[in-house]
Amino acid sequence: MSRATLGWIVLGWVGFALLPWYGFDRTAVPTLADYFVSGSALIHGIKGAWWLLPILIPLCLGLVPVIRPLAQTNGGWLIASGLLGLALVILQGFAIGLNGWTFDILRASFGAPGPSQAGMGYGAALTATAFLIILCHGLAARGWCRGDAFVTSSIGVVIALIVVFVFFPVTTILASAFADNDGNFAPYEFLVKFLDRSIWGLDCLSSDLRCGVAWNTLFLGLLVGVGTTALGLAFALIATRTDFRFKKLLRVMSVLPIITPPFVIGLALILLFGRSGALSAVLWDWFGVPRSRWIYGLPGVLIAQLLAFTPIAFLVLIGVVQGISPTLEEASQTLRAKSWTTFWTVTLPLMRPGLANAFLLGFVESLADFGNPLVLGGNYEVLSTKIFFAVVGAQQDQGRAAVLSIILLAFTLGAFWLQHAWLGKKVYTTVTGKGDAGIPLPLPRRVALASYLTALPWAIFTVAVYAIILVGAFVRSMGRDYTPTFEHFLTAFRVERSGSGLYFSGSAWDSFFATVKVAALSAPLTAAIGLLTAYLLTRQRFSGQRAFEFGTLLSFAIPGTVVGVSYILAFNVPPIEITGTGFILVMCFVFRNMPVGVRSGIATLSQIDKSLDEASLTLGAGSSTTMRRVVLPLLRPAIVASLVYSFVRAMTAVSAVIFLVTAEYNMATTYIVGRVEAGEFGLAIAYSTVLILVMLVAIVAIQLAVGERRLGRRSASAAPSPVAVQAIP
Amino acid sequence: MNNMPSIHSLSRPAASKKQAASVQFRNVTKRYGSVTAVDDVSFTIEPGQLVTLLGPSGCGKTTTLRMIAGLEMASEGQILIGGRDVTNLSAADRDVSMVFQSYALFPHMSVLENVAYGPSVQGVPKRDAIEMAMEKLALIGLKGLEKRAPSELSGGQQQRVAVARALVLEPQVLLFDEPLSNLDAKLRRRVREDIRELQQSLNLTVAYVTHDQEEALAVSDHIIVMSNARIAQTGTPRELYEEPANLFVADFIGDANIIPGEIVGVTGSTAQVNVGNVPLQLPHRNAGPGPVKLAVRPDAILLDEGATGALSGTVRKASYLGTQVEYEVESPIGNLFVVQYGRKEPIMTGTPVSIAFTPQRGLAIIPNS
Repeated sequence: MSRATLGWIVLGWVGFALLPWYGFDRTAVPTLADYFVSGSALIHGIKGAWWLLPILIPLCLGLVPVIRPLAQTNGGWLIASGLLGLALVILQGFAIGLNGWTFDILRASFGAPGPSQAGMGYGAALTATAFLIILCHGLAARGWCRGDAFVTSSIGVVIALIVVFVFFPVTTILASAFADNDGNFAPYEFLVKFLDRSIWGLDCLSSDLRCGVAWNTLFLGLLVGVGTTALGLAFALIATRTDFRFKKLLRVMSVLPIITPPFVIGLALILLFGRSGALSAVLWDWFGVPRSRWIYGLPGVLIAQLLAFTPIAFLVLIGVVQGISPTLEEASQTLRAKSWTTFWTVTLPLMRPGLANAFLLGFVESLADFGNPLVLGGNYEVLSTKIFFAVVGAQQDQGRAAVLSIILLAFTLGAFWLQHAWLGKKVYTTVTGKGDAGIPLPLPRRVALASYLTALPWAIFTVAVYAIILVGAFVRSMGRDYTPTFEHFLTAFRVERSGSGLYFSGSAWDSFFATVKVAALSAPLTAAIGLLTAYLLTRQRFSGQRAFEFGTLLSFAIPGTVVGVSYILAFNVPPIEITGTGFILVMCFVFRNMPVGVRSGIATLSQIDKSLDEASLTLGAGSSTTMRRVVLPLLRPAIVASLVYSFVRAMTAVSAVIFLVTAEYNMATTYIVGRVEAGEFGLAIAYSTVLILVMLVAIVAIQLAVGERRLGRRSASAAPSPVAVQAIP
Repeated sequence: MNNMPSIHSLSRPAASKKQAASVQFRNVTKRYGSVTAVDDVSFTIEPGQLVTLLGPSGCGKTTTLRMIAGLEMASEGQILIGGRDVTNLSAADRDVSMVFQSYALFPHMSVLENVAYGPSVQGVPKRDAIEMAMEKLALIGLKGLEKRAPSELSGGQQQRVAVARALVLEPQVLLFDEPLSNLDAKLRRRVREDIRELQQSLNLTVAYVTHDQEEALAVSDHIIVMSNARIAQTGTPRELYEEPANLFVADFIGDANIIPGEIVGVTGSTAQVNVGNVPLQLPHRNAGPGPVKLAVRPDAILLDEGATGALSGTVRKASYLGTQVEYEVESPIGNLFVVQYGRKEPIMTGTPVSIAFTPQRGLAIIPNS
């Protein structure tokens, strides 16, 4: 038996007999005694919480291999201990809630209300983890995964985390959609909510009334998908097939929206085109065009989303356009096809899968977007905002939010399924291992002209929008008073010197520190879990691997609003009661952004020969040592990608966190949205510029800290960072 | 590559501290889902021997090697190394090193760091680890290149680094997975001799996978021929060549003419066999009277121009290859592939020839055929 196994058995006992089994009431201040012994499961059990005592049985089972360290049957004992322990912890956790028995059967047979208990705390978490790891060590001793305890434990931990933080919330939301307000099964109520006129109504076709929110969402998604694809293609063609002079600028512009909080563009649009916007004022003064509210509604949301998501289409399509082998086009030309014919019959068809991919990405992004519809939507309602108002608004109807979430989830999963089913099978790699000496065909004049005409005005518009953001932060009030001022920064970020040192009196400091803290915590966790998962998926073989992969990528397809609703539904009651803590924010980010780490990890790992790991193993390095000394140094690009992505996403996300923030843990983005709703645009803009700056600094710092990968090649080709390509909701 | 000092010129190092260990497979089976990669295989590799796993691709030889290393786990059966049951032990816990087909040198480490990797992950102090690595690099003839990155070495040098890295922990068993497949033909012969020399001077137990039968014949103490996930035959190179146990081995090891014959009588250990009209005395190898198949090596057939014997045929093709001449001869017992060495005048195509056999060697009854 290894020392690690022994350690986990000891930790299992520590969690049971020493640490507090239940979470603390946040209003009470725990004393030191609460942390040790007196709050432990053992003491609770003796004092009357009898349901905790059976957990002693698996803990004792785990001691058998400690007493007889050399017996052949130790694997079996460990498995029995781990399985029974996990089962008991879960069973008691779900059977007994805050208000007594949670199942009708128990209530009927043992009498209501029955015993009650609070949410699990450190002790319970530690003991449950220990049982899980003991189980995995037992399986390894039985020869699973080549007898590698590190691998079985990793698989066990990742599966457990995914079950708790992805599957559990999703099933909760499904269950709550089918339940009435008392928690009983009510399929009829679901049908009524599901078929509601406000969701599927088609009144806008026949009368002046509004259409259902589902149709609104789909319509907007289609427009954004088509628009971003067309714009992205125009940019990609200009960047790769012309000798346009400002290509570098295009690249920079493609990165900017990724580090821009999603609603900031909406905000800039209001400052430009709102009733008191800069451009509106100019139009009124010079041409007498009356000020109006046209920007609030479909046009505004559409423009904002096009601005925000075109770079994603651009990054997808530039890869596709570069991937088309010029030789194919040359072949077409030598067969006497004119350049226009070649473009139409060879180049474009080869890009078709890329175009479909870009379209679907734009579609899904639009569906999941929350910030822009919230800021600009006006009367044009979409699912993501409707879900938000169903939870926080006057309705307080969680069942309705759950139904809407399911519709939105079905749309996005459907889009992803389409992408997978349709594109997954097609091979469209035209980059071969053979050297390709061809020269890309210059664009036919018609296409070039069309590209310039779409792309250039759009680029100028984007620059204008960002200029507004910059200018807006430093003037008193956009559209009305252009006096330069630092007032907004001072309100937000004032630092005063008082007797006892620095005092951060600015109104934004609290949320700023909370955001940085959560982002800095979640980024390394995300990268670690993502890369570990990628390692397991590419380097290990175990049964259920496909399901495992699906589980890790599922959270990718779930829109943030749905995640937010499902987290408050799932984690507001025991056994896992973590709403209102910083922990739930961190976990939310980790599991929303993990798939990017997984994908970039898989992409990098599949380029690294598997026999490198095996060589290390046969030289006596365990899997964890191999991971540390061989795999991680070669994974540096993927580490940078997932760190940057998860940090940036944690700083800019609105949709999921808006449900999860509290006064204590307010995030920068939700604070800014609050300021926008209060009409304090200058402050919001100033805060946003600070956020963008912080992210830029963080990206550079991460690059420097992780460093480049050293391969001893004379010139390593600079691989494009995979960060941006994978920017999916 | 020309300035590589050969192992031959090196003085013999002190005998390694560890004893070479045996490797034993007891009824080992490996399945991937419904596919059986290795089917109920049992064998023993004696300590200090070089044993080759030989077979066509997909026969399960690499899987067998990886099971010795612990990179694959047996689905059934037992694996023992040095008498100790290691069936459920992970690769890191077995005292076995491996030289990979792709060499698997860590690209982010220098040559020295690569070789010192084994001791350093075992917790050996850094200075000792480097010393051990330098010793092995000197043994393998790569002194002076230790600061280079693996990508800055030639293929042969990379291969030597891989061998040094595998040797540095002085493992009980050393495994080679097609170590020569990435080298050019001339270098191959040299490196395989080096490996053999190294194995004998260090008294190592070596398991060696290859699909090249000539390479296997050249380096091995014993050869395990595998076919369709099972062992087809085990034996010394000479036994395999001269007494193939079945049609597969006869055909796979060297070239062989498979010709029909009939056993007409058995006396003691010899059988009287009629091939065409030619009577032969051969070891019966447990074959009973009746029709049998014989493996006849191309150089065991003698052709005589002009003369007439019990068996005659016609030369259909002749190719002159310098040291030998190869013929295709049409005869009543089928088309024969014949090789003649020595400085004889080549026989022209279309010439009728008489056919005779050298009974002492190169001719064997195939049992169970």
